[in-house]
Amino acid sequence: MGALADTWLPRLVLSPTIIASLVFVYGFIGLTAWLSLTESRMMPNFEFAGLVQYERLFEIDRWWVSAANLGLFGGLFILLCLAIGLCMAILLDQRIRHEGALRAIYLYPMALSFIVTGAAWKWILNPGLGLEKLMHDWGFSGFRFDWLVNSDMAIYTVVIAGVWQSSGFVMALFLAGLRSVDDSIIKAAMVDGASLPTIYRRIVIPSLRPVFFSVLLVLSHIAIKSFDLVMALTAGGPGTSSDVPAIFMYQFSFTRGQLGLGAASAMMMLATVLAVLVPLMYLETKGARHGR
Amino acid sequence: MKLNTLALSAMAAALLVCAAAQAAPQVEVLHYWTSGGEAKSAAELKKMMEAKGVAWKDFAVAGGGGENAATALKARVMAGNAPTAAQIKGPAIQEWGQEGVLANIDAAAAEGKWEASLPPVVNSVMKYKGHYVAVPVNVHRVNWLWVNPEVLKKAGAKPPTNFAEFFEAADKIKKAGLTAIAHGGQPWQDATVFESVVLGTGGADFYKKAIVQLDQAALTSPTMLKAFENLARIKTYIDKDAAGRDWNLATAMVINGKAGMQFMGDWAKGEFTSAGKVAGKDFLCLAAPGTEKAFTFNVDSLTMFKMKSAEEQKAQLTLANAVLSPEFQEVFNLNKGSIPVRAGVSRAKFDACATKSMDDMAATSKGGGLVPSFAHGMAIDTAKAGAIQDVVAKFMNSNMTPQAAVQALAKAAKTM
Repeated sequence: MGALADTWLPRLVLSPTIIASLVFVYGFIGLTAWLSLTESRMMPNFEFAGLVQYERLFEIDRWWVSAANLGLFGGLFILLCLAIGLCMAILLDQRIRHEGALRAIYLYPMALSFIVTGAAWKWILNPGLGLEKLMHDWGFSGFRFDWLVNSDMAIYTVVIAGVWQSSGFVMALFLAGLRSVDDSIIKAAMVDGASLPTIYRRIVIPSLRPVFFSVLLVLSHIAIKSFDLVMALTAGGPGTSSDVPAIFMYQFSFTRGQLGLGAASAMMMLATVLAVLVPLMYLETKGARHGR
Repeated sequence: MKLNTLALSAMAAALLVCAAAQAAPQVEVLHYWTSGGEAKSAAELKKMMEAKGVAWKDFAVAGGGGENAATALKARVMAGNAPTAAQIKGPAIQEWGQEGVLANIDAAAAEGKWEASLPPVVNSVMKYKGHYVAVPVNVHRVNWLWVNPEVLKKAGAKPPTNFAEFFEAADKIKKAGLTAIAHGGQPWQDATVFESVVLGTGGADFYKKAIVQLDQAALTSPTMLKAFENLARIKTYIDKDAAGRDWNLATAMVINGKAGMQFMGDWAKGEFTSAGKVAGKDFLCLAAPGTEKAFTFNVDSLTMFKMKSAEEQKAQLTLANAVLSPEFQEVFNLNKGSIPVRAGVSRAKFDACATKSMDDMAATSKGGGLVPSFAHGMAIDTAKAGAIQDVVAKFMNSNMTPQAAVQALAKAAKTM
């Protein structure tokens, strides 16, 4: 009786979660994949139509603009977050005073919703309201910072706001990783006469490999699904110049009555996620096996 | 959904017990009239329906363009639980018609003599395959130019009637150190300016050919090129902070004299009047340059869905006729800033802009200048309208040449 409960109870407790994710995650991925192969317009239509929606998708300039924006935003966002986060973590790791307070200050932007970040940076970066006006009022009348309303530069304002919000979180992860590095190795290196930069470069950072993986996973997720931040900050504008695939998908499926096309763009986003995640996860599991 | 019906039947049962009378037939109306004046207007309709013994169930979904409402509606219809009526307009009515879920309300139309009291163009939008499926609620005129006469006076300019005068006035305002054209750089506002410019450049017949029928020859014609050149020139009078600005903030610039003129539909009037300004004195409503003899309409309508019980069907017809009754048309449109869609409504309480709008609508309805607004989803289906809107937005926010824009426009019009 007890043995039976031991085998079945965990399964019973876990099964609702498993069923829910099977249906609501994988089931709906399947449904979206199927919809992307149909001529669905305003309402779903389950008649198979081949790859027409993908052909149409690749014809649309706006899709390519949003895909390029995702590349630009994702690349810069991940790189800058990693660089800034790691630097801040190393600096905070120097046993300074008030470390706890500083850590909280840097980490707290993460507690905000991307909508709030977007709205706040929208005011700060608006040339007529924020930074530019402030500098003009202070007498620097030559100061110009109009990226938000410049269609060539708008996507970089999204990078700024995104990095501001997420680099503190990256710092926290790295800091935790740094603290877990075995002190005795560092002390040994010090005895051998290694300088502090060398210790970080040759010993500490390489041992942070697993942390790098987790950070990369989380950041690339945030980048690919970015919708709220762009919506609040630029709404894809000026025009459609800072469009990203998530906004494209939402607009075409829900406001333009082209469910099939929207589904096709969603599948392309999924493909991007897989293209990033699969190699990463493969490398990570390989690393773990080596570790053993 | 199940829960909902359960709750409903429970409520109906409670009503039965409490009132000890027959359960009132009920209409459920999905709408996005949620801002101040609009909500008041919707409350009027509720009052009228209740006076006729029909219970009103509000299904309001906030969100200006009705995008959220459309999503909510799709979910309900897919679940087989459509509301009595929903606020759907323009070619979207046809798209819903194709799904086979709309009700035939010819009986209400016959009773209310809609055929005689509505303009023919509006009539045709309300029908699917020759049968009425929707009832129009109000008419917005989109091709307006809102002008601050103080600013014109300061700059020494005259109220413009055509593009030459318009650019002259704009130059003078710019020289006086003010923003000539207040604008919000959002795709739908770009499209609103674009359609007025096309209409002003090419006239109503050209507009119909190019924007409604999407005739390739008209889309690539020199007239369309000229329209984009005008648009390019208009761009130079807009301040650089316009990107992403809401339309009412642009209107505020005209109201407080920071800017001279704005292209916007007549909902802008609400901003002026709520700032205590008087039409014709503190602000002018002019037809957009060159569009004096034309009228771009944006008609809100309630589209009726198939109902199962005879009682609900009857309540639906009552609703349809209440919406078009002169009393409701007057109250509703006074609150909302639009004009009545039907003839024979008392004009006594409407202001100068509204009466001008009514006169122009009657005249253009006869003269063939009454055209559907593309920017507000009245002219073509949402997929094509979206593709064209993308081209216009790109043109307004980049260095795209008018030639390239014409080519892109012609390509976008071929979107399925």
